[in-house]
Amino acid sequence: MKDRANAYWKANVSLIVKLLVVWFTVPFLGGIVFVDILNQINLGGYPLGFWVAQQGSIYMFVVIIFYYAKKMSDLDDEFARGGN
Amino acid sequence: MELQTLTYIVVGFTFALYIGIAIWARAGSTKEFYVAGGGVHPIANGMATGADWMSAASFISMAGLIGFSYQGYGGSVFLLGWTGGYVLLAMCLAPYLRKFGKFTVPEFIGDRYYSNTAKVVAVICLILASVTYVIGQMKGIGVAFSRFLETSYEFGLTAGMIIVFIYAVLGGMKGITYTQIAQYVVLIFAYTIPAIFISLSLTGNPIPQLGLGSTLLSDGTYVLDKLNQVVTELGFAEYTTSTRGSTLNMFVYTMSLMIGTAGLPHVIIRFFTVPSVKDARRSAGWSLVFIAILYTTAPAVAGMARLNLMSTIEPTPGNYLAYDERPQWFKNWETTGLLKFEDKNGDGKIQYSADKATNEMVKIDNDILVLANPEIAKLPNWVIALVAAGGLAAALSTAAGLLLAISSAISHDLLKGIIRPDISEKSELNASRVAMAFTVLLAGYLGFNPPDFAAGTVALAFGLAASSLFPALMLGIFYKRMNTSGAVAGMLSGIGITLFYVFQHKGIMFVQSTSFLGDMSPNWFLGIEPNAFGAVGALINFIVAIVVCKLTPEPPKKVQDLVDYIRAPHGEGSAISH
Repeated sequence: MKDRANAYWKANVSLIVKLLVVWFTVPFLGGIVFVDILNQINLGGYPLGFWVAQQGSIYMFVVIIFYYAKKMSDLDDEFARGGN
Repeated sequence: MELQTLTYIVVGFTFALYIGIAIWARAGSTKEFYVAGGGVHPIANGMATGADWMSAASFISMAGLIGFSYQGYGGSVFLLGWTGGYVLLAMCLAPYLRKFGKFTVPEFIGDRYYSNTAKVVAVICLILASVTYVIGQMKGIGVAFSRFLETSYEFGLTAGMIIVFIYAVLGGMKGITYTQIAQYVVLIFAYTIPAIFISLSLTGNPIPQLGLGSTLLSDGTYVLDKLNQVVTELGFAEYTTSTRGSTLNMFVYTMSLMIGTAGLPHVIIRFFTVPSVKDARRSAGWSLVFIAILYTTAPAVAGMARLNLMSTIEPTPGNYLAYDERPQWFKNWETTGLLKFEDKNGDGKIQYSADKATNEMVKIDNDILVLANPEIAKLPNWVIALVAAGGLAAALSTAAGLLLAISSAISHDLLKGIIRPDISEKSELNASRVAMAFTVLLAGYLGFNPPDFAAGTVALAFGLAASSLFPALMLGIFYKRMNTSGAVAGMLSGIGITLFYVFQHKGIMFVQSTSFLGDMSPNWFLGIEPNAFGAVGALINFIVAIVVCKLTPEPPKKVQDLVDYIRAPHGEGSAISH
C-alpha cells in the first residue's frame, strides 16, 4: 500500500513538473523574454509575440489544466483498482 | 428612455435577482440541498469562482489600464498573471486542500504546522492581503456609482459602501454560490456585448478576439497597425511593443500575480465546495474557461476603446475636437472629476498628447474606460445600463467572497479556534458580522485615498498573498519535512519584506504622506515596481523556510501522516458549502 502510494505521488509530481515547464515556457519566454523575436512573425493582424502574451497563453493554460485533470483522473482510478 | 432611469431599472432588476436566488438557495438548504457528499457541480462551481475572482479590477479597471497606463503590450502582465495562477491552483493546491477538507486556509496551516502561532500568522497575512484587495473593490465601486448617480467620486464611494454593507453584512454569507453564478452571467454579458458591438462596427468581425487581429472597415489597415500609428503620432509609446518598465519587471510582475492568485484564500476556499478531489481539478479548469472569456476579450476592449477615444478627440490628424462640441459622455465624466480638460493654449480645442506641457487632457482616470466605452462607441442606452449592472456584479461578488474570507478568519480561526473555543455558533456568527462591518469601514476609508487604480491596488494584494500564504501551502503539501519554525519564519520574512518595500514607496497603509522613499522608479530595487514585488517576497519566503527547517527538528509522525493523507486521491470527506 505504502509503495503504491509513493508510486502514485511520484507519477503525479513528474506530471506536474512536465506541465509546469510548458506553463513557464510559453508566457514567460514566448510572451516576455523573447517577445521581440516572435513579433517578427505575424498572425493575421497580430504580431505573434503580442498574441502569445495577450491571447495564446490564456488558451494554453486552459488546455494544461484539463489535460492534467484527465491524466490524474485516470491515475486515480488505476490507484483505486490497485494496479500501477 | 433616459439613461439614468434605464440604469436604475437594470441594476434594480439584477439586484432583485440576486436576492431572490439567495432566498431560494437558503430554502433549498433546509431541504438538505447540500446533502453530505453532494456539493456543487464543478461547472457551476467554476462559474461561481469566475464571479468571485473577477472583481472590479478585472471588469472596470483592467482594460483601461492595458489601453492607457500600461500602453498596450505592458498590460499583458494582468492578462497572463491573473489567468496563469489557475494552473498552479489546479495542480499544486486545490486537489490536496480539498482532500484535507476543512473550512478555511488558516485552519490548514494551523493543522499542517501543528501550531497556533502558524495559524495566527496565516490569519494576519490573510487579512492584510484581503483588506488591500477590498480597497481596490471600493475604488471600482466608487467609480461606477459616481458615474451612474452623476455625482462626485467621494459620494459614489459612500453609496457603494452602504450597498456592500447591506449586501454582505445583513444578507448573510454562507451559500452564496448560486448568487455568484447569476452574477457571473450578468457580468459576462455586460462585458462581451459592448465588445461585440464595437468589434463589429470597427472591423465587421463580431468576435472581439479576432477583431483585434483584423482590418478596419474604414481604411483596410490592421487595427493594431492603426493603433500603433495613431498613438506614436501623438508621442505615446508603440502599442504592441511598449513594455511595462524593464523586461525583468514584466517577468516578476507576471509571476507575482500568478502565485498571488494561487495563494488568495477567497479563491482557494471555493474548491472546498465540490464533491471530490477529481472535481476540484476539473473545477479549476472550468473556472479558467469562464475567466478566459473575459480575459481574452479585454485586450480587444482596451485596443478598440483607445482607438475610439483617440479618434473622437482627434478626428483627422492634426485636427482636434473643439471643447464646446464635446460629446455627452465627456461632460458626464467631467462631473465625476475623473476626466479633466484644461485649455492650456486657449484655442478652445482639445489637444491630447504624450507631452505633459502641451497635453490638455490633464486627467483620464483609467478606471472610467470600460464604463465610458459603450458611450464613446455610441451604443444604445440599454447596453450602457447593462455595463453598470455588470460592473456592480463584479465588485459585489468579489467583495462578498473577500469579506467571507476575512470574517471567517477572524471569527472561526482566531476567536473560536484559539481565543474562546467554547463560543456558541450564534456568537461566532455575530463576531463575523462585526468583523465584516469593520472591514467595510476600513476599506472604504482607505478607498477615499486609494494607492493606485483599482487594478493596481489589487495587484498589491496579490503580492502580499504571493509572498506569504502560497509558499507555506505549497511546502506544506510537497515538502513533508517542512516544520513549524520554517513555515512561520518563511511567512513572516516573505510578507515582511514585501510590506516594507510597498510601504516605503506607497506610504504606510497606503497613506501617501508617510512614504519615506517616494514612489519613484530610480529608488526601485533592480527596477522592480512595488506592485510586482510579491514574487521576490515569495522567493525569500521559500529560501528562509527551507533553511530554517533544515536547522530545526522534523515534524512529528502524526503530521507526516497527514501529508500522506492529503496526497492520496481517495477517501475525501463531504463538501463544505461556501
